[in-house]
Amino acid sequence: MNTSAFSRVPAVVKEQYGSRTAERLEEIWKTEAGVGGWLSTVDHKKIGLRYLVTSFLFLVLGGVEALIMRIQLAGPDMQVLSPERYNQLFTMHGMTMIFLYALPVLSGFSNYLWPLLLGSRDMAFPRLNAFSYWVYLFSGIFLYASFFVGHTPDAGWFNYVPYAGRAYDPGLGIDIYALGMVFFGVSTTAGAINFVVTFMRTKAPGMSINRVPIIIWGTLTASVGNLFAVPAVSLAFFLLWMDRQFGTQFYQPHGGGHPLLWQHLFWFFGHPWVYAIVLPAMGIVSDGLPVFCRRPLVGYTVVALSTVLTMFIGFGVWVHHMFATGLPPISLSFFSAASMVIVIPSAVAVFAWIATIFTGRPVFKTPFYFFAGFVFLFTLGGVSGFMTAAVPLDWQLTDTYFIVAHLHYVLLGINVFPVVGGLYFWFPKFTGRLMDERLGKWNFWVMFVGFNLAFFPMHISGLLGMPRRIYTYPSGLGWEWPNLITSIGAFLFAIGVLLLVVNVVVSLKRGRVAGPNPWDAPSLEWLTPSPPPSFNFVTIPNVATRHPLWEERLDEGPERSKLHEGMLLDQGRETIGTSTLDSEPEAILKMPGDSYVPLLCSLAITWMTWAALMHWWHSLELSSVLLLLVTAVWLWPRTELGQTAEVPHG
Amino acid sequence: MAKTARMNDDTEMEIAQPLPIGSVGKAASGWWGMQCLIATEAALFAYLLFSYFYLGSQVHGPWVPELPKLKIAVPNTILLLASSFVLHWGETGIRRGKNGRLVASLVVTLLMGIVFMALQGVEWHNKPFRLGDHAYASSYFVTTGFHMMHVAVGLIVLAVLLLAAFGRRFSAERHVPVSIGALYWHFVDIVWLCVFTTFYITPYFSS
Ligand code: HEM
Repeated sequence: MNTSAFSRVPAVVKEQYGSRTAERLEEIWKTEAGVGGWLSTVDHKKIGLRYLVTSFLFLVLGGVEALIMRIQLAGPDMQVLSPERYNQLFTMHGMTMIFLYALPVLSGFSNYLWPLLLGSRDMAFPRLNAFSYWVYLFSGIFLYASFFVGHTPDAGWFNYVPYAGRAYDPGLGIDIYALGMVFFGVSTTAGAINFVVTFMRTKAPGMSINRVPIIIWGTLTASVGNLFAVPAVSLAFFLLWMDRQFGTQFYQPHGGGHPLLWQHLFWFFGHPWVYAIVLPAMGIVSDGLPVFCRRPLVGYTVVALSTVLTMFIGFGVWVHHMFATGLPPISLSFFSAASMVIVIPSAVAVFAWIATIFTGRPVFKTPFYFFAGFVFLFTLGGVSGFMTAAVPLDWQLTDTYFIVAHLHYVLLGINVFPVVGGLYFWFPKFTGRLMDERLGKWNFWVMFVGFNLAFFPMHISGLLGMPRRIYTYPSGLGWEWPNLITSIGAFLFAIGVLLLVVNVVVSLKRGRVAGPNPWDAPSLEWLTPSPPPSFNFVTIPNVATRHPLWEERLDEGPERSKLHEGMLLDQGRETIGTSTLDSEPEAILKMPGDSYVPLLCSLAITWMTWAALMHWWHSLELSSVLLLLVTAVWLWPRTELGQTAEVPHG
Repeated sequence: MAKTARMNDDTEMEIAQPLPIGSVGKAASGWWGMQCLIATEAALFAYLLFSYFYLGSQVHGPWVPELPKLKIAVPNTILLLASSFVLHWGETGIRRGKNGRLVASLVVTLLMGIVFMALQGVEWHNKPFRLGDHAYASSYFVTTGFHMMHVAVGLIVLAVLLLAAFGRRFSAERHVPVSIGALYWHFVDIVWLCVFTTFYITPYFSS
């Protein structure tokens, strides 16, 4: 029929991995070996792994900072750190963990897994994907450069003015934080756009929105939240930089500005962000846990809905971080109520997981331990969160170690434990080898005990009145024991992380060979060889149910997915574009090949940011022009991508 | 637009009609990408305007130092809004394959945008206050400054599209880059309407 360059009927074939067709696809999709390929690749799997490795390195950096702090606090009147150093360390620790570790690590999983879970060949915008990684890396380095120029941010990760104003905090530290965050925001935004459009456009035929795995819902919700939240913090930091460098008056009361503007803008962003670093991790558990319970997740629909709902309420609770700032009582009651309401959708998810465990037949592999441990910690963190959502109690506890305990229970419990569990779960897919089980169980118990030993006593030191962010304390207040135990626990936890590293390194070389589906799991990524080839799927799968690889067993209806027969799409880098809700094929998408443009763009932005920091205005102009030129090359309408008028051919 | 392939759940997959290849109309990923970019940019401006209203509500003493003059601002606003219609005219032209009309509309829109920026520069110059004088001034210059940056980016996009249109790269079937660029330009115009209303109109009602 019609086979013009602009439309065709895709061939539908039956093909296996390892066939001639598969070899041809590999030719089309593969990244060149060598440095060139390394710098220009747009393969979502490579980018995903880079995200994972980089964010893990930041976790280690932030962890080392935490350990130094814990040495200082292990006993009263210690002199390991000066007060200034202590301020820098908790600021860099908070900033690193929240921004450079917690979200990027989840982006790593999502980048690697999304196209595989969705039965597609890449993200909707492969070059944007590479771009968001490079910007993440460079902005992280930019923020850490502060250690080398001798001016480190030191006003806490939420950087309240007036402390962070120029009068009280001169020097480049806060400016580096401010510009670095604007820079980092570019990465988050680019990534968020990519996830949203990928969800809308590239689900395999038949994968209607009620059939996508929960992690997709988690990352999608986080991404939509970020689209609206990130501009608030970028703006807050930008205005701060303007105040500091150009004498604007946004946060200066004597000039008609207001310091609370900072807090509003920051928590507009901050609260949705907390959900952004939590929801995809909850998605990891919702998808991983059922595999080890040998049954589908209980309550798929309510869990998916509660994911979306959580973010929705999340935008309404930013004020709860400001209970102690003297707002009118009515608004306090409202936000207190909202903060309590938000517990409900989370509770729904907890009940769903518990029901899944109880009605399933648990298989006690390492990922199961981490996922179940997470459910336990989540419940505990939820209770202490519920307590601080009550205004009177918040007044009592705010700025004490009770808060530090709560935030670590939430962040480590809901982010770190699922992430490590997810790593054990998908490691065989990433590398083709399983991680060691025995070491894995040791890993879990050391981390779990270390974690509770470190953070549970913080509740007690908080109730005993120990304020947060103090570099030392006198003896005789009853704070010695809880602090010593906390420090010991912190080191135990660090040993747990070390065991994880050892396990990864050993298993990379000597792990048991995994095969495509070592856990006998139901979703599409387990259809591919481990590790998957560059093109992911030989033919695009057709999905008929929520558990394409468990259909025979569950036998829930007559529908069967077609996994080894489907559209071939082999005329260059191609994948199928489908409709958003019911995933009907709409177009054959032309995907761009590897390119240096994302790297060049990110380098130009790095240069711009540094020039702005140093007030090198000529340099700023030059780098902006460079950025414009490279972007124009990137977006120039291309015939290969089907963006221009049909050229007569033949 | 062809929405065609259908799955038959029982046995075979049938694909009856050809599917378009690459970027077409709303089926283009880039079109959705631009929608997302606009969502996040709209949020940015919402936060800028929030800052204006918040600071205005908290200030002790007068907020707006003098009622803003409308002599340049109103015609300039009309000029910018009109440019959207000109661009739209060009976009509907290329949908019917009229490249000349597209080129003409791009040139005119570009000129209108440049005049807008120039007049806005005059407006800045005429203000009796400077960036650091007080929070109102900071808010005014930073918000309108952000908008000016967006106009400048829009103009560069239009210039690139003009270049491509000169090279006859668009046709009735393939012109998604034009639609995406136009979408951005319309957004820049609508944002201006919000900024303009906030800074130039609301003071007349609140005093
Ligand atoms: C080995 C694990 C960890 C230990 C021992 C640890 C320890 C600490 C300590 C001692 C503080 C300073 C408390 C103060 O003086 O007020 C702190 C603050 C903080 N930590 Fe951790 N932490 C760990 C992991 C994490 C992780 C994984 C995250 C986030 C994902 C995180 C997020 C934060 C935040 C946001 C702050 C507040 C910083 C600020 O006050 O500006 N921590 N942590």
